[in-house]
Amino acid sequence: MIDRLTLVQKVGVYIATFFFLLFILMPFIEMIRVSLRPMSHLMTAKFTWWSEDFSLQAYRDMWKTVPLLGRYIFNSIFVASSVTAITMVVVIPAAYAYARLDFPFKALSLGGFLAVNMFTGAVLLIPLYRVLRSLGMLNTYWAMIIPGVAFLIPTGIWLLRSYLEKIPRELEEAAYVDGASRLYTLRRVVIPLATPGLIVVGTAVFIGAYAQQFLFAITFNNVREIQPLPAGLYEFIGYQDVTWNEMMAAALTGITPVMIVFLFLQKYLVAGLTAGAVKE
Amino acid sequence: MTLVAEGAAPERMQRREMSERAFAWLLISPALLFILVIVVWPLAETIRLSFTDATLGGENFVGVANYAALFADPKFWQTVGRTFYWMALAVSLKLIVGLIGASLLNAAIPGKALFRVLVMPPWVIPVAIGVIGWKWMYNGYFGLISGLLQEFGLVQDRVALLATKTSAFYSAIVTDVWVGTPMVTLFFLAAMQGVSKDLYEAAWVDGASRWYRFRRITIPQIMPVIVSMALLSAIWTFNSFEIIWILTEGGPRGATTTLIIDTYKVAISSQRFGEGAARAVVIVVLLAVFSLFYLWFLNRVNRHYGAK
Repeated sequence: MIDRLTLVQKVGVYIATFFFLLFILMPFIEMIRVSLRPMSHLMTAKFTWWSEDFSLQAYRDMWKTVPLLGRYIFNSIFVASSVTAITMVVVIPAAYAYARLDFPFKALSLGGFLAVNMFTGAVLLIPLYRVLRSLGMLNTYWAMIIPGVAFLIPTGIWLLRSYLEKIPRELEEAAYVDGASRLYTLRRVVIPLATPGLIVVGTAVFIGAYAQQFLFAITFNNVREIQPLPAGLYEFIGYQDVTWNEMMAAALTGITPVMIVFLFLQKYLVAGLTAGAVKE
Repeated sequence: MTLVAEGAAPERMQRREMSERAFAWLLISPALLFILVIVVWPLAETIRLSFTDATLGGENFVGVANYAALFADPKFWQTVGRTFYWMALAVSLKLIVGLIGASLLNAAIPGKALFRVLVMPPWVIPVAIGVIGWKWMYNGYFGLISGLLQEFGLVQDRVALLATKTSAFYSAIVTDVWVGTPMVTLFFLAAMQGVSKDLYEAAWVDGASRWYRFRRITIPQIMPVIVSMALLSAIWTFNSFEIIWILTEGGPRGATTTLIIDTYKVAISSQRFGEGAARAVVIVVLLAVFSLFYLWFLNRVNRHYGAK
């Protein structure tokens, strides 16, 4: 009853929602529109919403203009997946320690991890460049993966810790009483119980890694073949005459695989992520 | 029997206590190693470099010369001011738009599940890709925004939004708000859904209006989430690099140069490592002071609203 809206209010909410979503989706709508029009018409004709010349030509030509497009798409997903895998391997034990164990400097070290969130790679680029060079990682996938992992660890620990805290202790204690070692308990009791939380945190880490792969890529890597999608396409935006319709087609094609996966995962992700964060 | 049990129990407790510490640090050590190598050591090295004139050629210790030059440069103070203005404006807008968006998505209307999904795309794509879309929309010859403005007769001629100082700055703000809004909206929405229904019903029975309920129940109840999202957004906005870099590279004539862009240009583009490092240290100090002040504020807000 309380939530019921009058007809006028309903119409008002729909109109406001329409404008809100228009702001959010405008760039996508515009990218689709541009990708469907021939470049010559885009440049010369007056702005129009609809025209007769819609075609998929740009989606064919883009593979010639951006010969490595397939690689870029693969690289983006590969880098983000590697970052996610390594981050999770590192974060799971640490989050468990913070959720369950008692040890000296616990609060202080957790605060230290969270303080890392204050930095971005941009501030530390010069020495980071040297670190990666001395590790022999410049111009390899590692140059994008390793810094990516480091900057996602704090958030990962924070999110996963609040999940693990919600798992009842009794099961672990039972395993411990039965003589299972701590590591065995973590592997065989805690991780299986935490699987839904692990999926949520893993997806969040993946989104973080997928969204932020531009800076490290343009700074630490100049091998075209391993460049992720944003850095690969950015190179073409810098040219004198940009074939915008093909760039938009390439960008849209590039984000499609992840968007599809995300559509399936979004329900868990939003519920889980926000639950983990809001409770704290 | 009894004797053995009595003797064994304390010893076992003792062993357990010891191994808990060691085990905990063992579990944390991989994460710690990453942070030490990729964040802590580079940070220490940045501080050291800031006292040198390091370039590709080599480095000499120069004391506080980099800082002295930086603080004496009126341009630098302009950049600091611009950065805080950029942060304050973008974060306020994100919070306001996010609050409006979350209220809309929280309304009991058919289609809300779909609308909630439609908010997410800017959040799940690479930031740089979305910004490339905006760069296109801002261009003066055939961009959407210039086209619409002409269509509605608001301007006579084509407007290249990224070409003049003021419009470039506010265009970058709009894009930054666009990138940050979905996440803020979703967190606010989740917080709103967590508010107890009883509170609303009690107010409703007392005849409180919708607006009154929003002001007196929703806002105070979700205040801790608003405050923590504000801090996170502030740090991200302060540090945001890709948005400005792709749109304008800090131009025209420095109008969109924030501290991060300035640091990148000096350190990476012109390879003046020492001077760049001094700028990086200033950023770290400013952010640390800002965050500490903010956490103190957050603590007070939380206490005021009785949240933990």
